Amino acid sequence: MVIKKRNGEIVVHPYIPNSVPEVQEEMLREIGVRDIEELYSDIPEELKFKGEMKLPEPLLSEYALKRHVKEILSKNRTCDENLCFMGGGCWPHYVPALCDEISQRSEFLTAYAGEPWEDHGRWQALFEYQSLIAELVDMDVVNVPTYSWGQAAATSLRMACRITRRDEVIVADTISPERLAIIRNYCKPVVRVKLAKHDPETGMMDLENLKSMISRDTAAIYFENPSYLGFIETHGGDISEIIHEVDGLSVVGVDPISLGVLVPPSHYGADIVCGDLQPLGIHMNFGGGLAGFIATSDEERYVMEYPSRLFGITKTTVEGEYGFGDVAFERTSFAKREKAKEFVGTAAALWGITAGVYLALMGPKGMWEIGKTIMQRSQYAMKELSRIDGVRAPRFKAPHFKEFVVDFNDTGLSVRDINKRLIEYGIFGGIDLSRDFPKLGESALYCVTEIHTKEDIDRLTSALGQIIESKR
Amino acid sequence: MKGGKIKIRDFHEAKWDEPIIFELSRKGERGILVPEVEKEIEEAVGDGISVLPEHMIRKEYPALPEIAQVRVLRHFLRLSQETLGATINIDIGQGTCTMKYNPIINEILAKSPEVTEIHPLQDEDTVQGALEIIYKLDLFLREISGFSKFTFQPGGGSHAIFTIISIIEAYHRLNGEGEKRNEIITTLLSHPSNAAAPAVKGYKVINLYPEEDGRPDIEALKEAVSEHTAGFIVTNPEDTGIFNPRIKEFTDIVHEVGGICAYDQANANGIIGIVRAVDCGFDLGFFNLHKTFSSPHGCGGPAVGAVGVTERLKDFLPVPTVEFDGKKYYLNYDIPHSIGKVREFYGVFPVILRAYAWIRSLGAEGIKEVARVAVLNNNYVMRKILEEVKGASISFPKTRHRLEQVRYSFEKLKKDTGVTSEDVIRRMADFGFHLWTSHHPWIIPEPFTIEPTESYSKDDLDEYLTTLKKVVEEAYRDPEKVKNAPYNCPIHNIDHEPLEDPDKWAITWRAYLKKHKKWE
Repeated sequence: MVIKKRNGEIVVHPYIPNSVPEVQEEMLREIGVRDIEELYSDIPEELKFKGEMKLPEPLLSEYALKRHVKEILSKNRTCDENLCFMGGGCWPHYVPALCDEISQRSEFLTAYAGEPWEDHGRWQALFEYQSLIAELVDMDVVNVPTYSWGQAAATSLRMACRITRRDEVIVADTISPERLAIIRNYCKPVVRVKLAKHDPETGMMDLENLKSMISRDTAAIYFENPSYLGFIETHGGDISEIIHEVDGLSVVGVDPISLGVLVPPSHYGADIVCGDLQPLGIHMNFGGGLAGFIATSDEERYVMEYPSRLFGITKTTVEGEYGFGDVAFERTSFAKREKAKEFVGTAAALWGITAGVYLALMGPKGMWEIGKTIMQRSQYAMKELSRIDGVRAPRFKAPHFKEFVVDFNDTGLSVRDINKRLIEYGIFGGIDLSRDFPKLGESALYCVTEIHTKEDIDRLTSALGQIIESKR
Repeated sequence: MKGGKIKIRDFHEAKWDEPIIFELSRKGERGILVPEVEKEIEEAVGDGISVLPEHMIRKEYPALPEIAQVRVLRHFLRLSQETLGATINIDIGQGTCTMKYNPIINEILAKSPEVTEIHPLQDEDTVQGALEIIYKLDLFLREISGFSKFTFQPGGGSHAIFTIISIIEAYHRLNGEGEKRNEIITTLLSHPSNAAAPAVKGYKVINLYPEEDGRPDIEALKEAVSEHTAGFIVTNPEDTGIFNPRIKEFTDIVHEVGGICAYDQANANGIIGIVRAVDCGFDLGFFNLHKTFSSPHGCGGPAVGAVGVTERLKDFLPVPTVEFDGKKYYLNYDIPHSIGKVREFYGVFPVILRAYAWIRSLGAEGIKEVARVAVLNNNYVMRKILEEVKGASISFPKTRHRLEQVRYSFEKLKKDTGVTSEDVIRRMADFGFHLWTSHHPWIIPEPFTIEPTESYSKDDLDEYLTTLKKVVEEAYRDPEKVKNAPYNCPIHNIDHEPLEDPDKWAITWRAYLKKHKKWE
């Protein structure tokens, strides 16, 4: 059987070289069977699907396929043509041309599980990514990326539980709701997750509340810096001290693009640091650009608890030649199945390589400059937005990085309505927080990065001003 | 080569002896410059940094390298050349992984700004195209599997397994049986994550061993099931390429005790369009879009493990799902017993898009042809290996036909020559070919696993086979030559010892610099 068009004409599909009928016959002869059906003889007839898959007619020419897909995609409105002020775990940053050039190389794009000698470049690139992130967080061990920050945080907490042999974790309640949902599911029913309150004025952790929650059952505290709501937690040292007093671990989630200007969490006592690579040269991709990293010190009791692949540098049979391989492979589910540390599999390696390219390009100065420009631009935006009657930005009294909560409660308008109107101006307004943070009322999480020019910010301010004014 | 004698390729992979990126650093060089802040902004807010308390400002720059742009480019291009990507070699030797052609047109489409430059929380009206693709792929996969609804949230196959286990756990907990049902059954020849992921959720895992014909032992299943059974998760065909014809009996046995049956279809390449998961009695399952559905593997992701469920498990899916009300596509967060989330947002959209485009290019007949040709290619390769490659055998020889892959053994080769399957693998690389052993534990001695997907021509297969035959002949003639391979790769065989020793392992360059003196 082969593919046939409606008129009965046979199609040799370009993706299937051996759909040539004569070749199939030749191969069947060599195998010694009559037809391909015979090769399926182990599948009982009653299990074979006799119906018809209701799939659309194939778009056989590449042109027809391209045209069809492009037509659907054209219904999207992009952040290239519109001004995007949304972040919340997936941020609009500039992607250097080299990041695209390298991540689309067929060799990297299509490689998978090659051996250290034949895939040397893949191993080296991922080792280098680990090494570059290590400098950013100032720690000695970084994993081959996992799915996303949410997964990295969840695994960090499960690692902390194994290291401390405890089964309770405390999470700052200003965490991203998406990440919290991931952590909750990943911990259930083995690890208890408790939420710690924040100070309503600053957004930072309420240290007294934290102290009252903590006990010798607590494996770890998890907080984020900058937080999901954009403010910077300035009491990281105190928090780490509180958990260290009961021999628990301090786990901190971080936006790596902030680490040119912000001290890395390892400097205020973090034992495990995690975050997302997406800001480092990876397109938003409708949320498809996420990749989680985990970093720790090089102590054996930490390293042995990673579920992830850890690529290490080693020697080869030839003097002076670098080689790479898996460190402590026996930890992983590939080696130990149910006795392993969690599980490992295909996750987000290509984004690791891409983030490595990004950091290599940026260098120490670039990371400082980008952090600084993001801080300046976001401060300018907060200042300008606050000029609008009834608008308050930031909502929290604290220093911020990149994101901040804009309080619209006094405008009499809902964020939903404001954002609908902003679309008419070609602007995607900040993330509506009214569902996930009801106490903040009509507030939105705005994101300002290096891509937002003064003119962009002024355009936003003016549009918001008009929308709010017109309602009065 | 067509019709004529096949030549052994005179191959040498690129060897650049490229330094580690930190060694390229030259103080002051820049790879890229950052958009400068406007004067007016600077005047309005100052340096932006001084709002921070002193102790939160990074005092020393991170010790990243300083490298000019062209040198960064050259470095990574060289590393890419030192990587044997699937598109470049005849990658039939990475069994279980379904290495198939990743159509370039799909890459072009995935790079459109309408894919890359959209934010997941944009107003639904502004991402109707993306939601339509997701929704329609869901419809296509329903046709292929018989399931009622798919989620694309899991970021890989193992993640999909974890999602499935989460759904099973939530289902029993809702029925008040969460504590009691504390066991998951799988088979030893199913992917390692089928055993590992349930353990994360606290389950006791029972592994069924294969019988002599390679099929899982149905008596062992009968013994394993009880009121404690939460679920059963299995690959079929397993990594041996052997289809378990009694699979419906297996799922019936599990259902009788109230367990849920999950189908690991990470690799469904031999049976898409031929057998549907629901007809085998499965309640849920997953496809890897980066395997069967052609999205590239990306050195190990980004990826999607698309989880499908039957009607009764729909209410447990992660939020949100993508729905269509007849006019508009929208996100549905109203799922009563949802497990919550396993990954932020809705899945890796470029991967979803590629799978969509791949199915559109093939249609129903094309998809069946994919399966048929994958099976044809596999049986052709198996026949040739059995006839022509000395020292090689198939596991479970009692079973005659295989579907999409075969787990072979070089046990005899090792006995005859001392050359192991790992030695052969290294020597194959000298001719530009990849070959892989198997997952652990190696219940099949000296294993190697070949999966010739539909993407390779008879000539491609013949070239691979001819080379494998040559390497084995060499092993009989000159075993040391094979044992000391590779010779034509970017590097030689590596020393594993430092990777296992906490005093010597170095997972980052800075760790290497701290420790490497101990090596001297």
